[in-house]
Amino acid sequence: MSDTHAHSVAFVRTEQLPQLAPPSTAAGPVSWMRKNLFSNIPYSILTLVALYCIYLMLSGFVPWALNGVWNTSNIRECREVLNGVSGGCFSVLTERWNQLIFGTGYDREEYWRPTLTFILLFVAAAPILFMNLPRKMLIFTGLYPFLAFWLIWGGTILNPLLALVGIVVGYLVYSRLVNQSFAMGFFGGVAAAVVTWWIGGYIVGAIAPEETLLQAVPSRDMGGFMLNMILGTICVSLSLPIGIALALGRQSDMPIIKWICVVFIEFIRGVPLITLLFVANVILAFFFPPGSNLDLILRVIIMITMFSAAYIAEVIRGGLAALPRGQYEAADSLGLDYAQSMRLIILPQALKISIPGIVNVAVGLFKDTTLVSVISMFDLVGMIRGPILASTDWNGVYWELWAFAITLFFVVCYGISQYSQWLERQLATDHR
Amino acid sequence: MTTMTDPPQESFRPSMLLNDTRYRSYTFQFIALIVLIGAIAYLMSNLFANLEDQGLNISYDFLGEPAGYGIAQNLVEYDSQDSHMRAALIGILNTLLVAFLACVTATILGVIAGVLRLSNNWLVAKLMSAYVEAFRNVPVLIWILVINTIVISMPGPRAYRGDTPEVEMFMGIIAYTNRGIYIPAPTWGPGSLLVVLTFFASIAAIIWYRRYAVKQLYDHGRDLPTFLPSLAIFFIPTILMYFIMGRPIGVDVPALQGFNFQGGTQIGRPLIALWLALSIYTGAFIAENVRAGIQAVSQGQTEAAASLGLRPNRVMNLVVLPQALRVIIPPLISQFLNITKNSSLAIAVGYEDITATLGGITLNQTGRAIECILLLMLFYLTISLLISAVMNVYNNSVSLKER
Repeated sequence: MSDTHAHSVAFVRTEQLPQLAPPSTAAGPVSWMRKNLFSNIPYSILTLVALYCIYLMLSGFVPWALNGVWNTSNIRECREVLNGVSGGCFSVLTERWNQLIFGTGYDREEYWRPTLTFILLFVAAAPILFMNLPRKMLIFTGLYPFLAFWLIWGGTILNPLLALVGIVVGYLVYSRLVNQSFAMGFFGGVAAAVVTWWIGGYIVGAIAPEETLLQAVPSRDMGGFMLNMILGTICVSLSLPIGIALALGRQSDMPIIKWICVVFIEFIRGVPLITLLFVANVILAFFFPPGSNLDLILRVIIMITMFSAAYIAEVIRGGLAALPRGQYEAADSLGLDYAQSMRLIILPQALKISIPGIVNVAVGLFKDTTLVSVISMFDLVGMIRGPILASTDWNGVYWELWAFAITLFFVVCYGISQYSQWLERQLATDHR
Repeated sequence: MTTMTDPPQESFRPSMLLNDTRYRSYTFQFIALIVLIGAIAYLMSNLFANLEDQGLNISYDFLGEPAGYGIAQNLVEYDSQDSHMRAALIGILNTLLVAFLACVTATILGVIAGVLRLSNNWLVAKLMSAYVEAFRNVPVLIWILVINTIVISMPGPRAYRGDTPEVEMFMGIIAYTNRGIYIPAPTWGPGSLLVVLTFFASIAAIIWYRRYAVKQLYDHGRDLPTFLPSLAIFFIPTILMYFIMGRPIGVDVPALQGFNFQGGTQIGRPLIALWLALSIYTGAFIAENVRAGIQAVSQGQTEAAASLGLRPNRVMNLVVLPQALRVIIPPLISQFLNITKNSSLAIAVGYEDITATLGGITLNQTGRAIECILLLMLFYLTISLLISAVMNVYNNSVSLKER
């Protein structure tokens, strides 16, 4: 048939043409722009406005960042170098780097201590953050708090060692007694640890050497971003167990315990952190025995921990309430007692649900550690507002310093929230 | 023949207090109560011992004494001879003022950013994501200080002086200086009350008319025009009354006199810094709530509405928004609570809110730390409890009535 047909017309193409690229209106950047940027008139106007905004921001920011001066020793030299050209005096960051990051507590050759602590923090946190790392690493995580305390505060190593020994003794007693009942194990363990610390305190006081390996650093000299990190890490880690206890207490059937927890949580959540920091600054000392002299940093840690514990408790309560009733009943029908059912069935699931909320609280708390600058502690913000902007060398270098602070906090907080989203995807075991 | 008998009554043994679930909770609660009372008694005895050591006592008499300090931003009459109580009241009003302003602007900003973040326009959506992430991940204190720095770097009143000033007033009526922004203020002549009342009455009339139109549409199928009549009711009676009463309401435009601006209303620098920073910061959080709320309405609802033949804006107004609001409003209210609590950061830029007056200057002048901070906490606690009460009422009224 085709042969005969070929004779009847003048020309017939015998092979298929190569495919042409789709027209530029259907694919490629032009079509993408038409679809996503200029699909109709209001959108086009919106796009142009957005482009203009971006242009305005970049035209101010780019020359300022690119023409930056990095190696002068004060603002007048920097202005001479710039000579009227728009540019940032970033030399304030290089010249005051140690002050911004570590505060004024350490000698120049001792900055390795906080730096090492900071690096080890990642090693210690890694097995908690990533479940597929070897579980043996948790041993280092357990030792880290004592090591970090020694590295940061210095002084005799006997104090952190004593704390460690007390906890080990407490744990041994707990594991002996927990077979009888959880409550007995728990209270026995706490009592054993307290007794160990009490006795050990006298021994350490007697044998503590005058000369120590690491020079002791007083708390009031700590500052800079390190102070934000210290407060954030300590308070979040301490407030997790307290928050879990408060949440369980609030869910409890026992009215007195329930009301103690409710009043505590609602009171703390109802007042701003600043008032709690005022309490730490001027009132809290009144509540300790006369003559005792607590560090300001310790008082602040107590108040911030209470603050974040209340918020974490609410998040975990949400997780507990979200568990189906059947899980509680299943645990009961297996004959587990309260402690067992919570530890083995309820809390693992409830904590998993609450991870995003807990991370939100942690990020919020880390941001809120800047509030300590209001009660004249020199954290990153306090350091910028106080010693650096007030000094004659750098009076007037606002933008560089604030940009630095914004960048630091953004990197940390954005990193944590990205991690939490990743973890949420990892833990999503439900069907979809 | 055997009969069912009750199990033999056990006599009470002390070990049952710990091992029998019937008594165990009483034991625990009793222990908890004892521990709590013991802890409070211990703290209180420490407190009184410390107070006695320092020769202090707890007394609220200082509230009646003259404060002796001035407050720049005051909504009601105040001078430095007024009592500390009065200063605290000014502080409360200032807190409420900045919280209210910030709530309004943060909501507007957050709704716009949240909706635009879901827009099909790629560039705008990305820009809004950048805004949300940038502001959510940096402490609000830093933003307050940054915006304060921006306001400080605005031109001083001096720059407006001379025949060829360096800066012109914006549209000839608004002046922005490093001391704050000066805007025109209305002046109220005799009879202006009637004009204002007419204005509110016309707004009520618009609402009534719109309801009437909807009722007509549903009951009789008559589609009344709403837009033009509403516009007419909004403007005509008020303008008529304004001219009938002989133009009682005037405008007081700020003008440069000597070294500063006189007349008009001054919005002080600290208020601007705090207001803007709280709005932009909380706006980013509200944007996330709005986005989550809109996304919580399932796609099927939009498609069902579209298949009924509704136009896109009707789909939004009649189907998506009513369902999204149920999700959005509770977190929105807790953001308002956050704004109120974060407004206590005013102390960092020198805005005289309750934390700065009662918890700052009054505390330092009188040394009554415990009393001042207790009152301060009581104030914030009252506000929070009020807001959560409102939220509970709202939640109960909108929660789905399940059977």
